[in-house]
Amino acid sequence: MAGLGVNTGLLRQLLVGFIRDEVRKVGVNKVVLGLSGGIDSALVAFIAAEALGPENVQAICMPYKTSNPESEAHARLVAQACGVSISVLPITPMVDAYFEMFPDADNMRRGNKMARERMTILFDHSALLPALVLGTSNKTELLLGYGTLYGDMASALNAIGDLYKTQVWELSEAVGIPREVVTKKPSADLWAGQTDEEELGFSYRQVDELLYRMVDLRLTRDELIMAGFEASFVDDIYKKVQNSHFKRRLPLIAKVSNRTIDRDFRYSRDWGK
Amino acid sequence: MANFTVVLAQVKPKLGCVADNLALIEERIQQATAAKADLIVFPELALTGYFLKDLVPEVARRVDSPEIRRLVELSRTISIAIGFVEVTRDYRFFNSALYLEDGAIKHLHRKVYLPTYGLFDEQRYFAHGEQFRAFDTKLGRVGLLICEDMWHLSASYILAMDGATLLVCLSSSPGRGIDGESLGSANAWQQLTSTTAMFLNCRVLYCNRVGYEDGVNFWGGSEYVAPSGESLARATLLEEDMLVTTVEEGALRRERIFSPMLRDENLFVTMQELRRIKRERCL
Repeated sequence: MAGLGVNTGLLRQLLVGFIRDEVRKVGVNKVVLGLSGGIDSALVAFIAAEALGPENVQAICMPYKTSNPESEAHARLVAQACGVSISVLPITPMVDAYFEMFPDADNMRRGNKMARERMTILFDHSALLPALVLGTSNKTELLLGYGTLYGDMASALNAIGDLYKTQVWELSEAVGIPREVVTKKPSADLWAGQTDEEELGFSYRQVDELLYRMVDLRLTRDELIMAGFEASFVDDIYKKVQNSHFKRRLPLIAKVSNRTIDRDFRYSRDWGK
Repeated sequence: MANFTVVLAQVKPKLGCVADNLALIEERIQQATAAKADLIVFPELALTGYFLKDLVPEVARRVDSPEIRRLVELSRTISIAIGFVEVTRDYRFFNSALYLEDGAIKHLHRKVYLPTYGLFDEQRYFAHGEQFRAFDTKLGRVGLLICEDMWHLSASYILAMDGATLLVCLSSSPGRGIDGESLGSANAWQQLTSTTAMFLNCRVLYCNRVGYEDGVNFWGGSEYVAPSGESLARATLLEEDMLVTTVEEGALRRERIFSPMLRDENLFVTMQELRRIKRERCL
């Protein structure tokens, strides 16, 4: 069994090639991405800088007033380390203006709004520069649905969407991302002290071991339990993957014609590229 | 037979852009001609790109289309093996490969094994070919395979039994598997080409493409494998390349003297047992 370990040299080459090829073939040279101070966006910034040259990568840090100040400091540190330029655009005025109309909104609505506010800024810069928006969602988040649809899940290209968090860590160390960014606890940074693993109720390393066997190796439920996973954990994660599947698909289209987009009207996105 | 020089053109076609790809192919043919090569091999679907889906009918060409006639014309100076989407008079679409020599179509192979699993969906769009036939060329007797064809032992076996001493495989193989020393799919293919060459005492020319289509990479690594199973020349992984290599006739002669497994292959026993299996399956 292969396991979650990766050949970091080869993986780096594949991802650098991916960004270089898929960006340039649409006639664009630049990319823009949200740099949160966390490891996922740091890795994407490093890969993009290597692929296109740091001068062609625009990082944007978009803190809210409750974001940990350390996040912005880490974003700056990452930008400096890979040589990309960074601008800081706080989203507090826009988000607060909206929630003045809904003062009772809960954390989930506020978090989603923030993620979507950031998305609109990135796509506005896509038109401004012009640049393609790079996604920073990893495979673990995408499978668990731990992200905001049309928020942080929105992008033109995602270089790390087929890497589990465990693999993101491994590659990040290999490409030389600053130590403090690699070792800190992952956080959506919606409020002070929040960590992903506390919110999810399990560690990324635990769930990656399970997801890898469930999704990549297609082990059955019985085989997973035999391999030592708790039945309740297996069932819980399976449900999470199932219930978040809508986030990984385009909206459903009611079929009425003979050729419906994406059902019997099928073309690669790189059509003509 | 004399030694001959081969170019494996590890190109990056543009998806669905026949005119652009034809220009790229002509450029490579000129370079190979300048290098005094006898044969240039292009990847599977070099004229069109791979993940075509509903584009298949749009990029398909008849064997007497202007693009194919142009390639046939270019084969007056160099032999050419190339992949394209073929449309027949009765509007079937094939994932096909041509072997062109001296201004004529020497052979047309239609991919028999169309992968339709995992990331592949070929049977949805293509009709499958129905034969494996070796054919005589200036460079000896050749067998053409298209990518997945080679993963079926019977395909290479039939071509070798039909007298092919050179197996030419045109490929568009996506790269996947990043946990080992090299790419998982590259490892698997290298084992396959080496083993096939060794079992059948044949030379194998493997030409794979590079580039990305919708995030899927094609890993390149085109190679020339000697009848001993040893890879004597290999192109770079994941980058465009033009591998120029000399196929030495003596290596074939020597291998067939040292390890005459193919000579000893018992076609009678094989046929008898296959007929029996067929009979028993039909019961």
